[in-house]
Amino acid sequence: MGYFAKSPWLLHYDGSSCNGCDIEVLACLMPKYDVERFGIINTGNPKHADVFLITGGINTQNIDVVKNIYNQMGEPKVVVAVGTCATSGHFFSECYNIIGGVDKVIPVDVYAPGCAAKPEMIIDAVVKGLGILEEKKKKMSPK
Amino acid sequence: MTTTSTILVILFIILAPVIGGIISGGDRIISAKMQSRVGPPIVQPFYDVLKLMGKENLVVNRYHGDYMICFLIFTIVSGCLFFGGNNLLLVIFALIVAGVFLVLAAYCTNSPYALIGAERELLQMLAAEPMIILSAVGLYVVTGTFDVYGIANCQHIPIIYLPGVFIALTYVLTIKLRKSPFDLSTSHHAHQELVKGLTTEFAGPSLGLFEIAHWYETVLLLAMIFLFFGSYWILGIILAVIIYFIEILIDNINARIKWELMLISAWAVTLILGVGNLMILYFVFHI
Amino acid sequence: MDWVTFLILFPLIPAVILLFTKSVQLQRVVVLVSSALIILGSVGLACNYMQAGGTYLPISSGFFNGLVILGDIVLALVFLYVCRKLPIKKYWIPLMVVIQYGMVVTADLTGGIPETNRYLYIDNLSIVMALIIGVVGSLIAVYTVGYMQHYHEQHKEIKDRRCTFIAAIYLFFFAMYGIIFSNSITWIYFFWEITTLCSFIMIGYSRKEEAVHNSFRALWMLLLGGLAFSVGIMYAANYCGTIELQKLVTMKQSLVIFPILLLCFAGMNKAAQFPFGGWLLGAMVAPTPSSALLHSSTMVKAGVYLVLRCSPILQGTASGAIVAFIGGTSFVMCSALAISQSKGKPILAYSTIANLGLIVLCAGIGTSFTLWAALLLIIFHAVAKALMFISVGTVDHQTGSQDVEDMHGLVSRMPILTFTMLIGLGGMFLAPFGMLISKWAVIEALAVRNPVYPPIVIFGGSLMLFFWTKWMGTLISVVGKQPPIKAKGIGFDEWLGLGGLSILTIAACVGFPWIGHYWIQPLYGWNPMLSERIEVSVALMLGLMLLPPLIFACRWKRLVHTEPYLSGLNVENKYEYLGSLGAPRRWSFGNYYINKYFSEAKLFKGTIIGTTLLWILMFFMENL
Ligand code: SF4
Repeated sequence: MGYFAKSPWLLHYDGSSCNGCDIEVLACLMPKYDVERFGIINTGNPKHADVFLITGGINTQNIDVVKNIYNQMGEPKVVVAVGTCATSGHFFSECYNIIGGVDKVIPVDVYAPGCAAKPEMIIDAVVKGLGILEEKKKKMSPK
Repeated sequence: MTTTSTILVILFIILAPVIGGIISGGDRIISAKMQSRVGPPIVQPFYDVLKLMGKENLVVNRYHGDYMICFLIFTIVSGCLFFGGNNLLLVIFALIVAGVFLVLAAYCTNSPYALIGAERELLQMLAAEPMIILSAVGLYVVTGTFDVYGIANCQHIPIIYLPGVFIALTYVLTIKLRKSPFDLSTSHHAHQELVKGLTTEFAGPSLGLFEIAHWYETVLLLAMIFLFFGSYWILGIILAVIIYFIEILIDNINARIKWELMLISAWAVTLILGVGNLMILYFVFHI
Repeated sequence: MDWVTFLILFPLIPAVILLFTKSVQLQRVVVLVSSALIILGSVGLACNYMQAGGTYLPISSGFFNGLVILGDIVLALVFLYVCRKLPIKKYWIPLMVVIQYGMVVTADLTGGIPETNRYLYIDNLSIVMALIIGVVGSLIAVYTVGYMQHYHEQHKEIKDRRCTFIAAIYLFFFAMYGIIFSNSITWIYFFWEITTLCSFIMIGYSRKEEAVHNSFRALWMLLLGGLAFSVGIMYAANYCGTIELQKLVTMKQSLVIFPILLLCFAGMNKAAQFPFGGWLLGAMVAPTPSSALLHSSTMVKAGVYLVLRCSPILQGTASGAIVAFIGGTSFVMCSALAISQSKGKPILAYSTIANLGLIVLCAGIGTSFTLWAALLLIIFHAVAKALMFISVGTVDHQTGSQDVEDMHGLVSRMPILTFTMLIGLGGMFLAPFGMLISKWAVIEALAVRNPVYPPIVIFGGSLMLFFWTKWMGTLISVVGKQPPIKAKGIGFDEWLGLGGLSILTIAACVGFPWIGHYWIQPLYGWNPMLSERIEVSVALMLGLMLLPPLIFACRWKRLVHTEPYLSGLNVENKYEYLGSLGAPRRWSFGNYYINKYFSEAKLFKGTIIGTTLLWILMFFMENL
């Protein structure tokens, strides 16, 4: 494994979630699950991050923000959609302002469904993402 | 340059990042333990930097990376001057130049967050620099030389004469190491300030350079603590470890404070403990 | 004799010619030619006398002395003439003129002044000063022609009296050379008051109300120094039996300390040390070349020059310690005050007072190490500060503002001009360059002594670091493509001044080990550069300073350009973000000024009261 798998830095973005998934994401950082064991760090800045973790769906307000943040992340990067809202829009999908899941706007690499997604699920999803991260890195430099 | 100094300089260039990285890894483990977490492996900082080096070099303009390179070079040079046994004041001035380059790098990006970070870094320098230079003066008063080797080889233990200076230096060390409660300009992982202050616009390799420079800086600053023990270097190592542990403890039990409190408290400590110590030496003990 | 006479008397010729030259082209030619001659003269002088050590240049005939007396009388009349419009309640300004000249001229005419034939004296200190005046001053003079042209294009309402202005510059050269080569304090006094007059003319140039007010403030403050000077002359003549400066400073301390303190008072007053800092700040209303020439690089240096000359007497005395302390107070306080300023020229003015304070501090302590540092400070400060002033002046003309905030991103708009400014700023505070090296020397020299002084230098230095870096950072922010400034264009002579001073600043930085070796060591018998391993580390750092330009020249591959982070709310324009109501809003960023602690309202008055008390204490202590 390369170094990308050993030090994935997260950027957590809260779309139009009900905050249930967000609390689970935060739970991952807390002593019980302690994702820093795997070198995972929660950053606040897309320029520092490798993994874009989105909870909640996309609405008309945040669509540009999500795109912008995605574009400001350096390659290689992966997007993890956490929670059913982020994967499909869930029961908000009928709302007037909801566009749908994250994949309506940016390419999503890993889906972690669940309402709310459990911490184990989130960690698992990120770990899945790491493999993709490595692959992308390999594609970046074909040497 | 004598052989010893050449060897020491080369050792510094090669080993300082290793030691600095391990210190930083240990820092993270101990911090995790204090928060009843497990924490990352001790080599985690190296993984981070290697990863950052492999990332895309994202820039807002083509210049700010260059300032970062200058920052790294001047940090290394100040370390080399130190271990080469040069004048301690010049070492500190070189370190200041390095700091200026870092601030300029942040200014160069012209991003609001980075600009605030830069300005706060300047405040941190304003708060910390006087005490650092003053400690060099204190060492001079006791040992009669600004020469780093001269201080390191002196017969007595400077800290016996300079307890106030030493404590004050430890106080501003927290500022220099950018640890809570003085991590205004940029911070360590979990407690982010303003999306990490002056490093906001540094992505990938430039951020990696920043980390490496920080390792060099850490080693250099700890080595300065070392000087307070003259030739009793084992004592120095033990104290350096203890000091760093205290820094971690302070980091973990404090919330970030406002810059005003930082500036005022740092200057007050400098004036009362630092200058006061020198005054007592001069007027009471006539040294 | 030849070189010295040439340098003193020659500037009078262009002064007279320029007074009557209306055509800009002609002015330009006269200024270029005479500047070249003055530079040549100064360099020739330096080459001739550098190895000679201190030399007296005897003048046997009383003719020149007669001229000086005549000049004193004329000058007194001129001063009274300029005071004619003052309101009656300011009667004390002309009164000061009458008293001081009355004393000196009567004494001179009645033979109250001891005879001497050693009117002129030259040593390495005078040579360094001569080079600064000759080279830096001439470059500023060259710059002035172009500057004044712009100035009058921009300020149509101001009456065009630029002939007077430029002529005053050359009159000023005459006076400065007079000051630094004279050994007789009556002569120094004569030239001293001419510089006061020049300063007065230049500050009041625009004849706006503020300018006139400030010029009279400068006049009375400087005349106060002149008054002290004349009292010093009378005391020296009557009680010490000599008016030769070189003789005075070798006499017994207790005998001459009083006149020497009076001379120091005059010197520090000219160097705008607190409590007299006010006049220099007010002097910033003058056109920029005068700020660059008189109020930062030369005239105020004459003040510290005099204090430096007096330092052998000050060394080790309590009064000397207080002189040093006043200098130190000016240093710290002005550095702090400069933080709270946002306009370019006031920042430069404050930092000028601060640096002069540092020099006075060195002179007051008076060991060979501090004197070494003081002289280096004089050199570096003169070149770097002159460069900064004329750069700010040029920026002001091109963009219409001298506010540092408005210089945000100047590097994208005027790269070359910014580069000269960066050189000036680097020269002011970055490590391998001059000022910081001098500061290092000061700290090292002071560390052995009383622990009162090092903290002063350290704190002042840190405060300086803050405002210089802030300024530097503001300049180099890359703001991307900007609409070009409505090109008024920077003229040839302005570029000549800017370029020349940039090269000088760099040359001074690169060459200072040699400066230390050839000029200063013979003077004070001390050159710390040669001790320990300093030269290696300094050379290393100087070499490394070549690296940044090289690094900047490299074009790194694989850079991926992106927008600055704005919480994901970026819009088309880089300076806007998407506001909460869906409309783009501008973001802007201003520097920190820490007005809460460092503002003028908080510090100015206290400093004035404190330093005034110190002065009183000093003279009092002397009497004990
Ligand atoms: S998936 Fe469920 S818990 Fe998560 S944000 Fe949506 S509604 Fe909330």
